[in-house]
Amino acid sequence: MIRIINLHKSFGNLKVLNGVSCHIKEKEVVVIIGPSGSGKSTLLRCINKLEDPTSGEIIVDDMSLHSSSVNINKIRAEVGMVFQQFNLFPHKTVLENIALAPIKVRKMFTEKAYRTAVQLLEKVGLEDKANAYPYQLSGGQQQRVAIARALAMQPKIMLFDEPTSALDPEMIGEVLAVIRQLAQEGMTMVVVSHEMGFVREVGDRVVFLEKGVIVEEGMPEELFGNPRHERTKLFLSKIL
Amino acid sequence: MIITLGSIRYDILIDYYPLLLKGAITTIKFSLISVVIGTILGLFLCFLYLSNLKLPKFIYTVYITVFRGTPSLVQILIFHFAVLPSIGVFPAAVSGIVALSFNSGAYISEIFRAGIMSVERGQMEAARSLGMTYNQAMRYVILPQAFKRVIPPLGNVFISMLKNSSLVSIISIQDLTYTGSLISESTLRVWEAWLAVALLYLIMTLFLSWGLRRLESSMTKSEKGEK
Repeated sequence: MIRIINLHKSFGNLKVLNGVSCHIKEKEVVVIIGPSGSGKSTLLRCINKLEDPTSGEIIVDDMSLHSSSVNINKIRAEVGMVFQQFNLFPHKTVLENIALAPIKVRKMFTEKAYRTAVQLLEKVGLEDKANAYPYQLSGGQQQRVAIARALAMQPKIMLFDEPTSALDPEMIGEVLAVIRQLAQEGMTMVVVSHEMGFVREVGDRVVFLEKGVIVEEGMPEELFGNPRHERTKLFLSKIL
Repeated sequence: MIITLGSIRYDILIDYYPLLLKGAITTIKFSLISVVIGTILGLFLCFLYLSNLKLPKFIYTVYITVFRGTPSLVQILIFHFAVLPSIGVFPAAVSGIVALSFNSGAYISEIFRAGIMSVERGQMEAARSLGMTYNQAMRYVILPQAFKRVIPPLGNVFISMLKNSSLVSIISIQDLTYTGSLISESTLRVWEAWLAVALLYLIMTLFLSWGLRRLESSMTKSEKGEK
């Protein structure tokens, strides 16, 4: 589904990714962990080209992001993204937030887009907030709307960039529950997260990234229970 | 009949009030037309800057530097006596409107630029990540938010534009200021004419700022809690 080949990314002199290769299969849930500044978010953002890789190749759904014949907006429409800061559109209601892209990008009929939006709100448990503005919602509710907004494009892949890091502790659960449900439904997902209980539960594979390279990867029990590398051990001892 | 209170002769104001009103209307017309053209021009200039291409960005910078760095009065004179006559024959009104529009365009484009750049980067990223093109993201996500934020500074430009328009009296456009000098010359009374003119300007600016405040409060409702 996603194939990353020898990916490099630098910001000026700062090398963030130093040759990352990774293959994400359909219906797989891959969790990226690693210390801050290790390049987790950058890697995720390269997958839908919010960042331009310096070198290397990313192939999403058999389309290379580098090839000039590929319409990047088409790929982005297939790859949903959820941000740490939610990034809901503050001037639009919850329903409008969700329906905007399907109407403008997918050219869906307004009525149908709104019907779908309501269904998605039911799915994330916020049907009563349809006409609220983002500022009227708690952080957890905003993030659930953001997930619904991404799902409205019916993406094949979902990317989560630290979806619970900006939330108060009591709101983390409600957001993780939605992501867990998506995993059960078989969505292909790449998640940057430090919620270790959650990672263990839903992750098919955990990738430990440090200084822009993949140090170790494996099944959650394997990686958490029996890390092979010193650096992985050190990192896990700090966060577990 | 001579009506006085203290040393002010009110009968002059009564005699000349139709002329004063006519001047005020000319002032409103000039400011309004210039500000509308200036806004369109400002938006266009702002996109030159946002294009991130070297040449358009350079044109933008030169434009802003020139029009903000020289006096409006000099700009009006240059347009009226040099630029437009070299193109063809135009009435003074055209010189006045062109000069005022170009001048306000410089200030307005800077305001738009600041407004657009003040919208968080995450908004553009969220819109693009949903598959919207740059133009769609601008139109549906960035500009509506930027527009709300630029209303207060834009209002300031509108108000200074209204006052700045008095400069076109130098090229014999019969606006409120021109009317003032006309009345003071023909009546040989200075206080009456100029106080009346000042009062009319004040009424117009007060009315404008009241309207802008109302617009602002009605448009920012949905963004109260925005981070």
